Amino acid sequence: MDIHEYQPKQLLSKFGVVVPPGEVVYQTHEAENIVSWLNEEKIIVKAQVHAGGRGKAGGVKLCKNNEEVVETVDKMIGMKIITPQTSEEGKTVRRVYLEKGYEIEKELYFCITVDRETGGNTIITSKKGGVNIEEVAEKNPDEIHKLKISPGGDLLTHHARTIAYNLGLTGVAAKKAQKNILGIYKAFTSLDAALIEVNPFAVVKGGDVVVLDCKASFDDNALYRQRQVAEMKDENEYDPLELEAARHDLNYVKLDGNIGLMVNGAGLSMSTMDIIKYYGGEAANFMDVAGAATPTRVAAAFKLIYKDPDVKGILINIFGGMMRCNDIAQGLVDASREVGLNKPLVVRLEGTNVEMGMDILNNSGFPIKPVETMEQAAQDIVNLVKDIK
Amino acid sequence: MAVLLTKESKIICQGFTGAQGTFHSERAIEYNTNIVGGVTPEKGGSKHLDVPVFNTVAEAKKKTGCNASGVFVPPPFAADAILEAVEAELDLVVCITDGIPTSDMQRVRREMKGSKTRLVGPNCPGVLTPGIGKIGIIPGHICKPGRIGVVSRSGTLSYESAVQTAQLGQSTIIGIGGDPVNGTNFVDALELFLNDSETDGIVLIGEIGGTAEIEGAEFIRTWSSKFKKPVAAFVAGAAAPKGRKLGHAGAIVNSGAETADAKKEALKLAGVEVAETITKIGEAMKVSMGVS
Repeated sequence: MDIHEYQPKQLLSKFGVVVPPGEVVYQTHEAENIVSWLNEEKIIVKAQVHAGGRGKAGGVKLCKNNEEVVETVDKMIGMKIITPQTSEEGKTVRRVYLEKGYEIEKELYFCITVDRETGGNTIITSKKGGVNIEEVAEKNPDEIHKLKISPGGDLLTHHARTIAYNLGLTGVAAKKAQKNILGIYKAFTSLDAALIEVNPFAVVKGGDVVVLDCKASFDDNALYRQRQVAEMKDENEYDPLELEAARHDLNYVKLDGNIGLMVNGAGLSMSTMDIIKYYGGEAANFMDVAGAATPTRVAAAFKLIYKDPDVKGILINIFGGMMRCNDIAQGLVDASREVGLNKPLVVRLEGTNVEMGMDILNNSGFPIKPVETMEQAAQDIVNLVKDIK
Repeated sequence: MAVLLTKESKIICQGFTGAQGTFHSERAIEYNTNIVGGVTPEKGGSKHLDVPVFNTVAEAKKKTGCNASGVFVPPPFAADAILEAVEAELDLVVCITDGIPTSDMQRVRREMKGSKTRLVGPNCPGVLTPGIGKIGIIPGHICKPGRIGVVSRSGTLSYESAVQTAQLGQSTIIGIGGDPVNGTNFVDALELFLNDSETDGIVLIGEIGGTAEIEGAEFIRTWSSKFKKPVAAFVAGAAAPKGRKLGHAGAIVNSGAETADAKKEALKLAGVEVAETITKIGEAMKVSMGVS
């Protein structure tokens, strides 16, 4: 789960990490009160949306007086942010963050992530902060330092000291950085984070070391025990169909194509996307009917995909293993009747009672085409959708 | 002999009396698996599916001599269940549970350092040796005894692979699971199959995210010309967008090395026959083995 930029800052401050003083606002009039208590010479106004590249899209603005802040907030709320990471329509700004602006002396990079190779956490740091870190890794790999913490291990004081030295810090700045680093690591493990990226991690005028911009995501599997994180979920940032799918416990991700997919199993779902691409089509979604593919779940998933206006045709690929194909087929026919199916639907079922399932689909009276293999299913749906405008 | 699950295996189920544990133990017993008992705290002393229930794994081991366990315990308690089986020094623990917090699995990894227990999973379909038995949820009827070893991160793709290699049959099918921090990885499974006298060829099914497939490919490259086995592979997720998690907690592309294309390339360089779609994996195995 991802959260807004200001939220990890709120979380980190509880672990003794230095973050800029700031406040979130949802409406313009709230900004008027906040600027007076923030009482800073420079205030940065930042649009809060789940997408990188806000700055270039007009979502970050430095303001020098209170009037300017209020004016900027008024403009930002309701505006659309369009970046390479959003869809073409962009994302609507519903909240903005006001925080103190600093004179920056050094911009550094600091990140903690779960390392799949070691099973532990790895800390990635660089003196070259404030820029795209992937570019640094490509052009100056020597400028990237990695510290691998053993699985379940702690970040020790000497680790934090080494990191501070690797960041080129000495004296008071090194000490201040150390304290922040230990705090961020503590927050990472205590809150079941999957990623905390601080860029820039900055040394500011006066010598303080501050988390200026921060991105965090959290382990979905641990949200049941991380209430304060779970409550930070902003449903406005998610596709409405994805939210509905989550309520049905379906793994659904909206994609750019026009062939709706419903598959059981994450691996088979990905492979179905792949084979559609292989035959020249493009999937409108990833959909794993996780768990047991019962007729009711299949019907719920089918109706959800059918609702998507981008979907021109649907492919269902179910490898039943233990469940009965005739039940699944009946569930599909019932759902087709409910939605008044008028888009092409290709179905591949594997499991027990395949023949009975095929008969039910063949005699349904709807444009349903049952096929025997995944290969055939992919070719058929790509061809059927090709002719639809 | 096959790998992991053999004629000698004595198996228990943790979370035995729960809905999942019961359902899949029934299927395993139908498949003639040697299930000698189960563990559910507070239910010790009773019988379930005609075998004894114990309160702890240690007690189950003492009374039955079990050496392997299938874990069907809910996510908040699953890591603890794994470690209970590890402390009882079972040879094999297969954890089916999906949704275990990553930090819990990191602790399992730490506690298992130096342990002789092998962990398969979590979030996996389990292990099946045709004609011998199964731990987990792989449907028995789609597997045929034979000489192909299958190792897969995805459950349903291991089923597809079993169906497509039906002609050759399988020695053992190992689902290693889709989580970022897990037990057995591709290198471990490849090593088991390489050293197994009853395995002639290996099917490897990977997916986007992480670098386990690349490490597998590097391991295959170290095989000497005198001691190697043909490998066919498929990597799911070529059509996946970057930065979006697709179902499995581990199936997300964060960097170039984690893409399907990079993994396929590494496998090809290691001499592996790579199938472009999952529907061609059976064919690729035959090509790799030089049979028609």
